[in-house]
Order: sequence, then structure tokens, then C-alpha cells
Amino acid sequence: MLEQVEGSRAVADVVARCRPQVVAAYPISPQTHIVEALSDRVRAGDLQDCTYLMVESELGALSACIGASVVGSRAYTATASQGLLYMAEALPNVSGLGLPIVMTVANRAIGAPINIWNDHSDVMSQRDCGWIQLFASSNQEAVDLHVQAFVIAERTSIPVMVCMDGFVLTHAVEEIDVPDQQAVDSFLPPFVPRQVLDPDEPITIGSMVGPDTFTEVKYLAAADQLAALEVIDEVADDFRASFARESGGLVRGYRSDDAAIVIVSLGSVHGSICDAVDGLRSEGLAVGALAVTCFRPWPEGQVTSALARATTVIVVEKAFSMGSGSIVGNDVRLALADLGATVFTAVAGLGGRPVTADIIRRLVADVRDGELEADVLHFIDVDRSVVARELAERRPARAGREAIR
Amino acid sequence: MTITPRELYQIGTYAAGNRLLDLDQRSVQAHGDRTNSITSGHRACQGCGEVLGARFVLDAAMRACDGKVVVSNSTGCLEVFSTPYPESAWQVPWVHSLFGNGAAVATGMAAGLRAQGRDDIRVVGQAGDGGTVDIGFGPLSGMFERNDDVLFVCYDNQGYMNTGVQRSGATPASAATANTKALGAEPGNIFGQGKDLPRIALAHEIPYVATATVADLHDLERKVAKAMTFRGARYLHVLVPCPLGWRSASHDTIKLARLATESGMFGVFEGERGDVTAVSPIRRQVPAEDYLRLQGRFAHLFGEHPRPDIVARLQEQADRTIARLGLLGAEPHDHTLEV
Ligand SMILES: Cc1ncc(C[n+]2csc(CCOP(=O)(O)OP(=O)(O)O)c2C)c(N)n1
Ligand code: SF4
Ligand SMILES: [Mg+2]
Repeated sequence: MLEQVEGSRAVADVVARCRPQVVAAYPISPQTHIVEALSDRVRAGDLQDCTYLMVESELGALSACIGASVVGSRAYTATASQGLLYMAEALPNVSGLGLPIVMTVANRAIGAPINIWNDHSDVMSQRDCGWIQLFASSNQEAVDLHVQAFVIAERTSIPVMVCMDGFVLTHAVEEIDVPDQQAVDSFLPPFVPRQVLDPDEPITIGSMVGPDTFTEVKYLAAADQLAALEVIDEVADDFRASFARESGGLVRGYRSDDAAIVIVSLGSVHGSICDAVDGLRSEGLAVGALAVTCFRPWPEGQVTSALARATTVIVVEKAFSMGSGSIVGNDVRLALADLGATVFTAVAGLGGRPVTADIIRRLVADVRDGELEADVLHFIDVDRSVVARELAERRPARAGREAIR
Repeated sequence: MTITPRELYQIGTYAAGNRLLDLDQRSVQAHGDRTNSITSGHRACQGCGEVLGARFVLDAAMRACDGKVVVSNSTGCLEVFSTPYPESAWQVPWVHSLFGNGAAVATGMAAGLRAQGRDDIRVVGQAGDGGTVDIGFGPLSGMFERNDDVLFVCYDNQGYMNTGVQRSGATPASAATANTKALGAEPGNIFGQGKDLPRIALAHEIPYVATATVADLHDLERKVAKAMTFRGARYLHVLVPCPLGWRSASHDTIKLARLATESGMFGVFEGERGDVTAVSPIRRQVPAEDYLRLQGRFAHLFGEHPRPDIVARLQEQADRTIARLGLLGAEPHDHTLEV
């Protein structure tokens, strides 16, 4: 049933219907509304057989989830930004131990300078930590991805982050269909842990592994991670069959089948991009969009085939690698290595700067006019007069190619 | 199992005393059906007090909880020497996650079991002093403050032994460690109070706090059993001499633990809800020097350039502990009356 509801509230509702047995969280904007609502559910008795832990830090939150998971309980947490970094030590621990914890990341910039608004620098900093990373392009998808995330995590024994843009999604009130309890129950079976601490059958979890075996452990984890691509796809298919809507999966194209120019992105900016695509299409341009829903594991094959017919690919991302350049763009470039497409990479929307359809249209125009160089990271929404003035004061102008534009 | 009585040979230590007791009063370790929670094959050093302490604690916990115990273990010697893959010395369900998060993992275990309605399974968290008083302190204090249903045990060997004997917040003043060498005018560890976690735990007013050492096995086991009669957060701080880090003889581990208590360098007490309720009185007081001299980490106080001034300051610390806890002349605690 469609209802007008805040994104965070809808996520809390659906997470509650996924019947977590332990929720442990530490408040940080813009995640707060989600965990506050879950605390209400537990207190009011709507969410039974669940312990809500108000821990002392994000490391404590994720660690409590680890404890809950090793005794066989379904565990959930949510965080953002500095909180995700505060968990950093435990993130690869969770994936290394194969614990199917689900976490919402309400994406927010990381400081300094401190900034509470949206971008993807938090989650991108943890892209190699062994978690599955799913990106919601809308609040409906954020809701749906949580149901799918528990299924995926528990089927693969790999933890899942559901990334939803802070404020842009978490605080937006819109029409959302939150699956009811019965629908969730029939989609998400009870948690059967792969291994569990049980006094009747004592096992040791978390051994020290030396050079003789460590590589093999990592190889197998990498193989499992890639094998998860199939599960993620399957679960999205099952979801479509059960709920009659498209959510999740690996990548999703928008008017991209016959497009010469395709704009690739992660998260809610896909919405603005689709608006821009509609506008450009009405002007007769063969433009399309591709949302990467699953960023880790990287669905290289799907990206390659989705972009096979494009001659120009523009990657728009909300984070970058300091001192290097594009993050998502590099993965895309590798996926297209054997094809002829020219790849442009653009960073936009840092620290909450809105990425509008107009900015995207201007980006496409610049690419078509040959204003942008390929394979170089472009800051498309930077105020050039400000940075030029500052740079001029800092150092003498240097000749030669600049790393960023 | 059958029990064959053996003749008793008194060998001049307290160790044989156990066999003078009736069967039902003997220690858990004296029973053939003990769990052997940590079994042979681990890689602890000869004379390691930590592995001894862990064995006593967990076997006593298993006895007290009908074998229904799950354990979270922070990074440190105990974790490393017991689980070199593909082997494990643990015969209890056991998980290691990280160095600083052991208490939070234990909290989550207790919460997960509660959600499943499995309150019969009890949770023990364990860590070295570094994993307890330093890097693990935040989650532990949170666990105390929320009164989570966990017994947390600190095996205090007074330093980061696993990484090669660096100082921790529990290292005594003046002790030489790898990063507080016996150099300069103030040799060894800085002269402070250290971080007295048993008292800090007590200040959280949790149901039960106790200290113990590996020198008094009955006392240690009794405290574990007693801790298990409470629900909520409990804290047990066990002094476990470390021959490698203390540069002491491996056969002196028990002796050193005893000298630590008999000198007042380590106070043994128990408390409930913020108040000290009982102490282990000093039977024969010895000077701190007797304790210090057996340890290479204090050798710089007695060598060619002795430092009686520093020894005197350490004695003052012992005297303060003795006075605070009233360790001289206190009534001995009758073990048989409780639990
Ligand atoms: C976050 C982090 N920092 C540092 C270390 C390195 N480290 C491992 S064990 C240890 C010291 C352990 O000391 P303690 O808790 O007292 O246990 P012990 O080995 O003395 O029994 C250190 C510093 C680590 N594993 N993780
Ligand atoms: S270094 Fe100390 S604590 Fe570690 S195993 Fe050896 S004796 Fe035990
Ligand atoms: Mg130590």
C-alpha cells in the first residue's frame, strides 16, 4: 500500500518487518531517524523478540552485532560518515568471519571539514572491506533493498551495506510502498546461521591464520564475493516476481539500450540524470542512464554488456580518490577496456551540493562540444573563480598537465 | 567417575591443602570431570599465569552454569597462543573478533541469546589488561553502565605482552618494558597511579566486582561461581604473572602472585553495587621489595646503582592499598559459607 512517509521511517518499518533480533546503533546524522524509529518499535512492543542496544560508539554497535550474529541472531545496525569510519576496524572482521549482518549507510561526507550532508566518500572509503554494497536510487528502492539484503546476506554469509543518500533520501517524504509483514515473511525465511556458538557443539570462531593458509582464505572469500553477484541478481528476480516491481539487482539501465551517450551513477543522483535524459531525448539526442545498484562485488560483465553499444560513457560520482582521481570511473573503464567507448569521469555533489538535471545537461553539452578531456577527473560543479584565486595565492602557476580539472 | 584416595605428602606449599578438604569442597580443578575449557597443546610460555587463570576461571564458570557458557576473547597472548589455525585449545564455544571490542561482542552475544530466549546460556568476555583498561575500556564501560548480562574477566599481566612487552595503563610504576626501558633519571614506567580498573568498575555500581590472583585457586573459583549467581554486568580482575614480561623465573609465577598480595602491591577484594564487601587479608605482610626483587623488570632498582627512593615510593603505594582496603588485621573470609 502506498503511503506518504519519510524515507528513514519507511526503512525502519521494513527493517522491523525483517524481524532483527538485535539492533545496535549509535546516533549520527543523517541516520538518526531510522534508529530512533526502531527504538520506538522495540519499546512499544511492536517488534518482539528483539533487543535494542544503545551502545557507546559505532565500533561498539558493529561489535555487538558481531556478538549477536555469532550466537545465531539476526543483527542490524545503521550509520553514516564518521560513524562508518569509526567501525572501520570491525568491517573486514565481519566479512572475514562470514557474518550476515545488514547495515544501512545513510551516506554522508567525511571530514575535515566536518560536513553532515550527502556524498559517497564514507562508503567509498570502505569499498574493499569485503561487504556487499548496494545503492538505492530512490526511497522505494531503499526499502526494497533492505528486504533483499537480509536474504542475500544470509544466503551468502556475506554482510551487506544498503547505501541510501543522506537527507536526499533519508529525510525526503514521498509515496512509498512498505511491504507488509506477511509479504516480508514469505520473502525472507528465518535466519539459519552457517556456524554458531553453541554449548552443545563448541566451536572456535576467529582463529589466528598464518602465512601457510591466509592466502587461501582470502582467495576463497574473493571467490565467494564474486559468486554473490549471481545471488544478488536472483534475489532481485524473485523480488520482482513477488512484489511486481523492479528493485535491486546489479545494474539498471534507463533508455540506454539504443543510447550513444550513457551516464553512469550510483544512488539517488540517478533520478536527476533520468530527468536530464528525458529532456535530452526530447531534443532528439540518443542519451541514456545506467544505475549501478551493486557496486561491490563489481558486476563487470553486466556493466560491459549494458554499455556495449555506447560510444560515449560519462561517469558521475559523489566521491573521488584523493591524489589519484575517479573511483567508479576506473572500474567502468576497466569494464570497457575491450570496447571502443570514450569514458569521461566527473565528480559532483560533494558535501551535499545539489546535482540538478541542469548540471547533468550542461555536462553532456560540454562532452559533446569537446570541452572535456577523457580519462581525467572533472569537478563539474566547482566554483572555478574561488579555487583559481586560492591556487594563485598558494603557488606559482605551473606549466603542464594538471591532474584534475 | 571413580575416585581413588591417595596418600598425602605435604610438600611445604599451600598446594597440597586442597587434598585435605572433603571432596565436595575441593577446587573445580581438582575434579576429574572438570571441563578442560582450555586444553593442552596451546603455545603459552612455561609458567604463564594467564593460561592458568583462564583455565581456572572458565572451568569454574562451566561448573557454575551447567556447561552453558559462551566466550568472547579479545586479541592478546591468550587468543594468539590458543588458536593457531587449524588448531584450537578451546573446548568451550569461543569467538575472537578484535583487540578493543571484546566487551561489545560479549554484549551482543548476551543480547542475541536474550532475544532467542536462551537466558540459560551465560556469556563470559575475557581480555588482557591492555584489551581491558586501555583500548577496550570504552565498550567495557558501556557494558557496565548498561548492566549487560556479561561476566568480563581481565587477565592482568601488567603489560602488552603479545606485542613484545610494552607498557599498558596497568603496568606498575617504574617497571621496565620495551617502551619504558630502565634508562634516564626516572627509569622504567612513568610514576603514576596506573589505571585501577577494579575501582573504576566498582564506581559503575554494577552487581559484582572482584579481584583475585592465580595464587589462591579456591578464592578465584569461588569468585567466578559467585559472579555467576548474579545477572547483569560483573567484573573479575585476575593478577596473572608473566615470566616473559616480568623477567621472572617460570617456577615463580604462583609465588609472585602471592607476594603481590602479601606485600599489598595487589589488593584482593570483592564488592557489590559500588561498595567493597570483603577483602582477603594479608596473612604475613612482606615488604614490597621481596616482590620486586624476583622480577627482572625491577632489576634497575637493586643493581649497581640501587634506587631505594623508588622502592620506597612503591612501598608507599602498597601501604595506601593496604590502608584503603584494610588488608591488615581484617577478618579472613570463610569460603565455605558462600555459594
Ligand atoms: C587496534 C589494535 N591495536 C594494536 C594491536 C596490537 N596488539 C595486539 S595484542 C596487543 C597487546 C595485548 O595486551 P593485553 O591486552 O594486555 O594482552 P596480553 O597479550 O598482555 O595478554 C596489542 C597492542 C591490535 N591487534 N589491534
Ligand atoms: S608472554 Fe606472558 S602472558 Fe604471554 S604466553 Fe608468555 S607468559 Fe603468558
Ligand atoms: Mg597484558
